[in-house]
Amino acid sequence: MSAVADAHAADHHDHGPAKGIGRWLFTTNHKDIGTMYLVFSFAMFLAGGAMAMVIRAELFEPGLQMVQPAFFNQMTTMHGLIMIFGGVMPAFVGLANWMIPLMVGAPDMALPRMNNWSFWLLVTGSLILMSTLFMDGGAPNFGWTAYAPLSTTYGPDSTTYFIFSIHILGISSIMGAINVIATIINMRAPGMTLMKMPMFVWTWLITAFLLIAVLPVLAGAVTMMLMDIHFGTAFFDAAGGGDPVLYQHIFWFFGHPEVYILILPAFGIISQIIPTFSRKPLFGYTSMVYATAAIAILSFLVWSHHMFTVGLPLPGELFFMYATMIIAVPTGVKIFNWISTMFRGSISFETPMLFAIGFVVLFTVGGLSGVMLAIAPADFQYHDTYFVVAHFHYVLIPGAIYAIFASVYYWLPKWSGRMYSEALGKAHFWLSFIGLNIAFFPMHFLGLAGMPRRYADYPTQFANFNQVSTIGAFLFGASQLLLVFIVYRAVKNGRKAEAKPWEGAEGLEWTVPSPAPYHTFEQPPRVN
Amino acid sequence: MSVQALRAGALATAVTAPSSAFAEWGVNLPKGATSISNTIYGIHMWVFWICVAIGVGVFLAILWSVLAYRHSKGAKPAHFHENTTVEIIWTVIPFLILIMMAIPATGTLVDMYDSSGAEMEIKVTGYQWRWQYEYMDEDISFFSSPDTPRDAEKNLIEKTEDYKYSVDNPLVLPVDTKIRFLITSNDVIHSWWVPEFGWKQDAIPGFINKNWAKIEEPGTYHGLCAELCGQGHSDMPIEVKAVPKDEYREWVAEQTGENG
Amino acid sequence: MSSNQSYYVPESSIWPIVGSIGMLLTFFGLSTLLVNQSNGDPTTTAWVLFTVGTLVLIYMITGWLRDVIRESRAGLYDAQMDRSFRQGMSWFIFSEVAFFAALFGSLFYIRFFAVPWLGGEGAKGSANMLWEGFQAQWPLLSNPDSSQFAGPDAVIAPWGLPLLNTLILVASSITLTLSHKALKYDKRKPTIYWLAATVALGAVFLFFQIEEYIEAYSHLNLTLDSGIYGSIFFLMTGFHGLHVLLGGIILFVVLMRLIKGHFSAHDHFGYEAGAWYWHFVDVVWIMLFIFVYVI
Repeated sequence: MSAVADAHAADHHDHGPAKGIGRWLFTTNHKDIGTMYLVFSFAMFLAGGAMAMVIRAELFEPGLQMVQPAFFNQMTTMHGLIMIFGGVMPAFVGLANWMIPLMVGAPDMALPRMNNWSFWLLVTGSLILMSTLFMDGGAPNFGWTAYAPLSTTYGPDSTTYFIFSIHILGISSIMGAINVIATIINMRAPGMTLMKMPMFVWTWLITAFLLIAVLPVLAGAVTMMLMDIHFGTAFFDAAGGGDPVLYQHIFWFFGHPEVYILILPAFGIISQIIPTFSRKPLFGYTSMVYATAAIAILSFLVWSHHMFTVGLPLPGELFFMYATMIIAVPTGVKIFNWISTMFRGSISFETPMLFAIGFVVLFTVGGLSGVMLAIAPADFQYHDTYFVVAHFHYVLIPGAIYAIFASVYYWLPKWSGRMYSEALGKAHFWLSFIGLNIAFFPMHFLGLAGMPRRYADYPTQFANFNQVSTIGAFLFGASQLLLVFIVYRAVKNGRKAEAKPWEGAEGLEWTVPSPAPYHTFEQPPRVN
Repeated sequence: MSVQALRAGALATAVTAPSSAFAEWGVNLPKGATSISNTIYGIHMWVFWICVAIGVGVFLAILWSVLAYRHSKGAKPAHFHENTTVEIIWTVIPFLILIMMAIPATGTLVDMYDSSGAEMEIKVTGYQWRWQYEYMDEDISFFSSPDTPRDAEKNLIEKTEDYKYSVDNPLVLPVDTKIRFLITSNDVIHSWWVPEFGWKQDAIPGFINKNWAKIEEPGTYHGLCAELCGQGHSDMPIEVKAVPKDEYREWVAEQTGENG
Repeated sequence: MSSNQSYYVPESSIWPIVGSIGMLLTFFGLSTLLVNQSNGDPTTTAWVLFTVGTLVLIYMITGWLRDVIRESRAGLYDAQMDRSFRQGMSWFIFSEVAFFAALFGSLFYIRFFAVPWLGGEGAKGSANMLWEGFQAQWPLLSNPDSSQFAGPDAVIAPWGLPLLNTLILVASSITLTLSHKALKYDKRKPTIYWLAATVALGAVFLFFQIEEYIEAYSHLNLTLDSGIYGSIFFLMTGFHGLHVLLGGIILFVVLMRLIKGHFSAHDHFGYEAGAWYWHFVDVVWIMLFIFVYVI
């Protein structure tokens, strides 16, 4: 992304960016920090993707070909951790950094120095996490959920490093979230009332609240884990009066809101892009805001649906089943609103819009399998099978990751001042779309037919679908390299972008030139 | 014919004759061998078809929108952006649909939790990486360990049908008997799962989870461990041999005779 | 929401990257230290990493705060910046609330679900089969497996030191409020005296807390490894103690700044942030006193 920097450097502003590496190390500029977040998260996305390729290659056929189960488990664990904490979350923070000040008309984030620390702590935590791959006994191998006592009494030495890396990543995210909230509440341009904010800003406001509320809970869970490992406590050990399931309760009290942390900003992005390319205002803005808030509140009440088979007492099982099912209602409202936005619009299919439509279609698939999983008695069959793997990849890839891709294509002209190649962008979309469905749709069948997740080796009856799935996964993985090329090519010698490259786009970010000058809105704009 | 060739053949058949081949590929839950598993299968299909119907509706709406209102075809955008009536409708109707799903689910769940009146009890204990079965009413207790040959794992010999499924000592159970399972673990969390019984239940060290089954059909039922339990996670299969009651009594007599 | 014409955006700062390097050294060192100690491996390098990291962090914090104080006194911060700081501090305290909420949640789960189940009561009482003779009680003096976790002989009685400590912390909140009132009326001396009293009360609290821990370890056999009661007791009171320490240090820095003549009757956010934090820590203690000691 250094080319982006060059584009900015030529800017006529009186205090442009510093020169050299110092610019990136010491910067307080939300655009620099946003760029760093985006580049870093993409690097992590590729690293986590490489691990997914190892997993899929091993599963190409039954038997042990590529790796041993011990290493396989490290791959599944690290793949999950890296994609969530290193890939999706930082990508959204990067988008927030770049876009929120531009969308609300603020000169920068509210607390610019802390903003930089958030980013570099992300790097710090990721370094510690990645270093575990090279340790004796290997990286964490207990799944990203790190259930005790597999992670405590039976965990490798690297568990301790994992725990502290989670602490640091948590601190980073909390500081990032505080910054986002302070910016949204305190830095809006005159006239930008709450109910005039773009949906992306709204969803991030709610996401930031969730982050601050639940990351400390995760910190509590891993701290207890640390104590059990090194200080002889009995939190997760029944012999001392504790309970391994306590860990799961705390973890999922974090974990379920975390799922919405990974998807709410995506809802916001889609709510920006669909109106633009439908040339029609977002349908039901108010109900979108309320639906987002409702999803966030419900997310605190459904955590045990990840634990239906753990032996919850019946009233608990029923409560969590009902609460989970209710989430389908506000989620449905969102889907219907997006479709109604497209309905009787004037739709064109630039790459961001393709990804947005892909989002709505495939997220619906993931949402509906989510409804099935909510049905507790049926979940006694689905739980911990590939059906679940299919479900959460259908909500996370077409959900979170498609939204991130869409926003990269949508806002790249604003960031770099250059247009990407529409033909290549469309190729990227279709390859991703086909690859993803070949990779993950068969997993539904695998799960229903009885294949548990996190298996390094499996009975021969599952061989065919696994083979198909692996082929799809490699297609999906390879097509992401295309994105690197597309962005590189656009930034190097793409066509110059106008201030507002999309005919139907609305919002303050399109009122500044492309590329956005190093400093914007030093004089606040007035929103009518 | 090698395994690969077989598989390639299966792939080709699947493309040409999907309906027959899918049966072999295994695409759905089993109906299972107990009334609970049948009920669960019914709920699963009920919810599945509702979801399919909703999905088809949503996709048609999207398809209609993107086909009919294309900019390239000169579509002029309307400017409406709110309609309270439709918003209320699409909030209330999904709610009603959910209630239709919740009612059978609730009843089934209540049944699954009611293991009273069990005629026998089996204590299942997970170990890294094998299962221990204790017949609480008899003097029988044994380990059931995987016995898939290592050479098959390493692809040195042909994999058989029961690859990764076969165990040395299957759990032998009588049919038409309400059996309560007491499930626990000796080390990490495992999960005991026989799909034909309709459920999996986590084995938590230091705690006991209960579930039950009343097997209706004699036969051999396979299952797998469903909670990550370390490097042998994919290597602790379950085999249940359900036999008629008198055959079961004979087996018990044989076992207790041998043991004592 | 207001005009942000004068919103101060610092040009650049070395402190975030220094802080990140400090965190890397500290926590990589600490992890290595713990792991090597458990495995009986040498820990010298780990100690060095940890110590250097901590020093770097201290350097970072002092440097960062010095910059902020300098900018503040140079009049670079406007009312909007003040609100950003308030937002930042409030949400930070909210995150702390969430952290303690997780600990309280664990306490309640252990007490009302896990331990009764192990003792044979309630929906999952069959667990008692595995722990013959174990009886649920709270505080838990005898653990399910006493050979692995020898239970404590007794727990800390609430009406001695803990009650005294409660009174001390409540008193410290009152002295802090008095100090704040004085600051608002621009009465310098009482501000300083009452704040000094607050810091002193905090120190006394910590002293008694340490005393209590020594008592628990040396006489009651109530330790971290004495089963779940000891685990949750030390986890909760320990984290609270760390927060008292942190709050005390913040107030001490504020006190020094007051003595140097910083803060005015109208502009003293640094002071207020410390005060908020102190009151939060106080409230947590009252919850702890009720739910850990008394009930």
